[in-house]
Amino acid sequence: MAAVGKTHAARWGVMNVVVVLYALFPVWWIAALSFKDPATLTDGDYIPRDWTLENYRGIFDTSEFTRALINSIGIALIATVIAVALGIMAAYAVARLRFPGKRLLIGMSLLIAMFPPISLVSPLFNIERIIGIFDTWIGLIIPYMTFSLPLAIYTLSAFFREIPWDLEKAAKVDGATPAQAFRMVIVPLAAPGVFTTAILVFIFCWNDFLFAISLTSTEAARTVPAAIAFFTGSSQFQQPTGSIAAAAVVITIPIVIFVLLFQRRIVAGLTSGAVKG
Amino acid sequence: MNQHEQAEPDRAALSAGARQERRLGWLLCAPAVVVMIAVTGYPIGYAIYLSLQRYDLRFPGQAEFVGLSNYGAVLSSPFWWDAFWVTLFITGVSVAIELVLGMGLALVMHRTIFWRGSVRTSVLIPYGIVTVVAAFSWQYAWTPELGYLAALLPSGEAPLTEQWPALWLIILAEVWKTTPFMALLLLAGLALVPEETLKAAMVDGASAWQRFTRIMLPLMKPAILVALLFRTLDAFRIFDNIYILTAGAQGTGSLSILGYDNLFTALNLGIGSAISVLIFICVGIIAFTFVKLFGTAAPGAEVKR
Amino acid sequence: MAEIILEGVTKRFPDGALAVKDVDLDIADGEFVILVGPSGCGKSTTLNMIAGLEDITEGTLRIGDRVVNDLAPKERDVAMVFQSYALYPHMNVRENMGFPLRLAKVDKVTINTKVEEAAEVLDLTEHLDRKPANLSGGQRQRVAMGRAIVRDPKAFLMDEPLSNLDAKLRVQMRTQISRLQRRLGTTTVYVTHDQTEAMTLGDRVVVMRQGLVQQIGTPAELYDFPRNIFVAGFIGSPAMNFLNATLEDGALRTALGDLPLDDRTRQSLERQNAPREVIVGLRPEAFEDVALSHDGDHAGPVFIATVEVLESLGSDVYVYFTAEGGPATTTELEELATDSGMRDTGADAHHIVVRLDAATRAREGEPVELRVHMAKAHVFDPATGANLTHPVGAA
Repeated sequence: MAAVGKTHAARWGVMNVVVVLYALFPVWWIAALSFKDPATLTDGDYIPRDWTLENYRGIFDTSEFTRALINSIGIALIATVIAVALGIMAAYAVARLRFPGKRLLIGMSLLIAMFPPISLVSPLFNIERIIGIFDTWIGLIIPYMTFSLPLAIYTLSAFFREIPWDLEKAAKVDGATPAQAFRMVIVPLAAPGVFTTAILVFIFCWNDFLFAISLTSTEAARTVPAAIAFFTGSSQFQQPTGSIAAAAVVITIPIVIFVLLFQRRIVAGLTSGAVKG
Repeated sequence: MNQHEQAEPDRAALSAGARQERRLGWLLCAPAVVVMIAVTGYPIGYAIYLSLQRYDLRFPGQAEFVGLSNYGAVLSSPFWWDAFWVTLFITGVSVAIELVLGMGLALVMHRTIFWRGSVRTSVLIPYGIVTVVAAFSWQYAWTPELGYLAALLPSGEAPLTEQWPALWLIILAEVWKTTPFMALLLLAGLALVPEETLKAAMVDGASAWQRFTRIMLPLMKPAILVALLFRTLDAFRIFDNIYILTAGAQGTGSLSILGYDNLFTALNLGIGSAISVLIFICVGIIAFTFVKLFGTAAPGAEVKR
Repeated sequence: MAEIILEGVTKRFPDGALAVKDVDLDIADGEFVILVGPSGCGKSTTLNMIAGLEDITEGTLRIGDRVVNDLAPKERDVAMVFQSYALYPHMNVRENMGFPLRLAKVDKVTINTKVEEAAEVLDLTEHLDRKPANLSGGQRQRVAMGRAIVRDPKAFLMDEPLSNLDAKLRVQMRTQISRLQRRLGTTTVYVTHDQTEAMTLGDRVVVMRQGLVQQIGTPAELYDFPRNIFVAGFIGSPAMNFLNATLEDGALRTALGDLPLDDRTRQSLERQNAPREVIVGLRPEAFEDVALSHDGDHAGPVFIATVEVLESLGSDVYVYFTAEGGPATTTELEELATDSGMRDTGADAHHIVVRLDAATRAREGEPVELRVHMAKAHVFDPATGANLTHPVGAA
């Protein structure tokens, strides 16, 4: 019996290891590349022989990268705040209120969730040039917040449906003013869902590439994913491999931190909208 | 009859509150709706308009209405059809692989007793990682003289420079990145399969495989269909991976790559817009097929209350 | 602590629909009053109006000596226990119970003392630092009670507080609530759809239907002198049996045979101008096994029925049989039948159920001779539902 249990556990252990390796190997590989000096860059080793921060120093010396990093952070944060704010309002309505047109709203956000962004690139490119927001932060914030709105609405409404809204009444009878009931009871209950949604939306905006290369033309608004695709290397004769790897690691760090800290919540958020379908 | 009329108060109570609710509901949804329409509805309309024009960015003065001739040009062009079949191939193959792998991954995450947290965490990494970063990692892995994977191949092989190997590598990159998402959606579906039902099937003499195919799969069907729909549409618009891995060379360009190239290399807004509209129509057909043929419930559509 | 007085209280929604109509109710200081009725009868709306969670359309509501119609819930100084308990999941038991005091800006030391006192009473002391999610159903229910009692409010309002508990726990908590209320002497309004709860807990019970008060009285009054067929059918478990009857020659012609009227009933029916076609209501205990009766201490009509189902409860035996001609139906009775999914009536409407002494020799499938106590019979007007036997209802 014990032997069976042991092989059983061993089998799961092996599978777990396979899964973890599968997920992490490419990340490990590019991280390893980023710590190699140009001489050993092509040795194909998984662990750098001589660790160096040269690549990181290189990218942080150029405004090409630092500026893109600022753009990425600023644009993603602003788009996230707006999308979550609009999402909260719509999701509250979807989760708590009855009104005709709700299905329409859900259908519409679904449509947009499935919308091929490339279909918007040509018209947006032209519109943005005409009204003068091409190659600006706003020019990227607008499509980002729009395409992340469906995600925000789904996730938030799934979370909001779980909140026991009766508590608002209870708080009023317990002597709370409406403002107190909201602040002391509803906000603490809604905050985790809002926070999770914000992370998901941020990851979405952070990840975008198509809009970033289509709707920008200079450092003014180019985000990191677009910028690294245009990296030329610190010297003319050098492949930009090391710089790209270092930049890639830098923009991966926030994601890894989010995932490590909020794994459970992110899973809940990602699946909440979909299960009930 | 009398009884029904008198039972009215409760229903009417709701309908009365409903009026206020309705106003508030509309008010709260308005900003989101306005944004979504303004940023997608209007441009797609504008794209349709542009697609009926001859509009070359190099000669903006010569714009004129040309009817459907842009569509004619696109649909009779081998570039469109090559990209179309490439896209379809990548979509079909990668979604199929993802479904199988994702199901396996979901089962591992669902059943494993220890390490559950770390398995889930590591599985989330591919989902969270910027696609471009992952694509570069794959590109370097397959670049001769540089990558660990290329080193496994006979020397002189550069898989990314040949059509079929490159297509498979694109699929590999796509599968790596999106299987976790598929797995998470399926995991949520697995959670809906009651443990007792599986036990009952075990008592009834069903083997593990039979429990999987006869009990779990049918019960998970809605979750599977939603996951498939999401992933199919997502795969259909594949861009980032191809752009980094091959830039669409050697016949590996997808429809999104074609649209992008047309706009920024050929600078032809009329043709580019026609491509945009055609892609939009393709996506519409896929979504419609899923909903009508398989009866996929739109996620969130059953939102009750 | 205070009295609560409702005068002509009406709830009408903007589109004109009435949820509660013209309720007059005087609740004395320290009294335990139950609002009972099937779902949708307006009992919860009434409670919410007392709490201040719903506006009052017409009429006045007084708590203590103040008219509180326009006061917000927090100014009414009432505490409420919700069906879902409405515990704050992000606060532990101590914080939950102290929340109303914290809102009232009571100082921390006092809050702590009061919470601990209440926890002591409710046997929650060892759970004070746990979150609601880690408590059992019964414990959560007690925390909800605790949150109400720490404030020492003018009144407790309870909205089906026991309906989420399992049957055994419900009975225990019922006793505990009753004891607690007696001890604190706080005016209490308690809403339930369970007539057993209503009968066992209340000083007085208000039966409501479709927004209207049907009858107000002590449990015994409601049981013995229901004012109409709805109250008669709603109160009592198993429910009263109803049969169609024709008034002829001073007797009720029914499927059980002719039931001669006693003098008091006959006079009452004559005074009321009773119609020819009536409904007769007989509670299960209005029958007895002729074989067990001693030298006919009760005179009354006798009939023979074939036992279909026999349920022995040890002390009593319930016997079910079918009366020819089917059961009597009125809109009220249909409504009760629909609602009875929630009630523990045991019998379906086609059966007559009779409660007999445990010594009975009745057997399933065999005939049994039964006698009807006509003094316990109620006669109802099928058109209005009014009780013609006890027209004034409770005195």
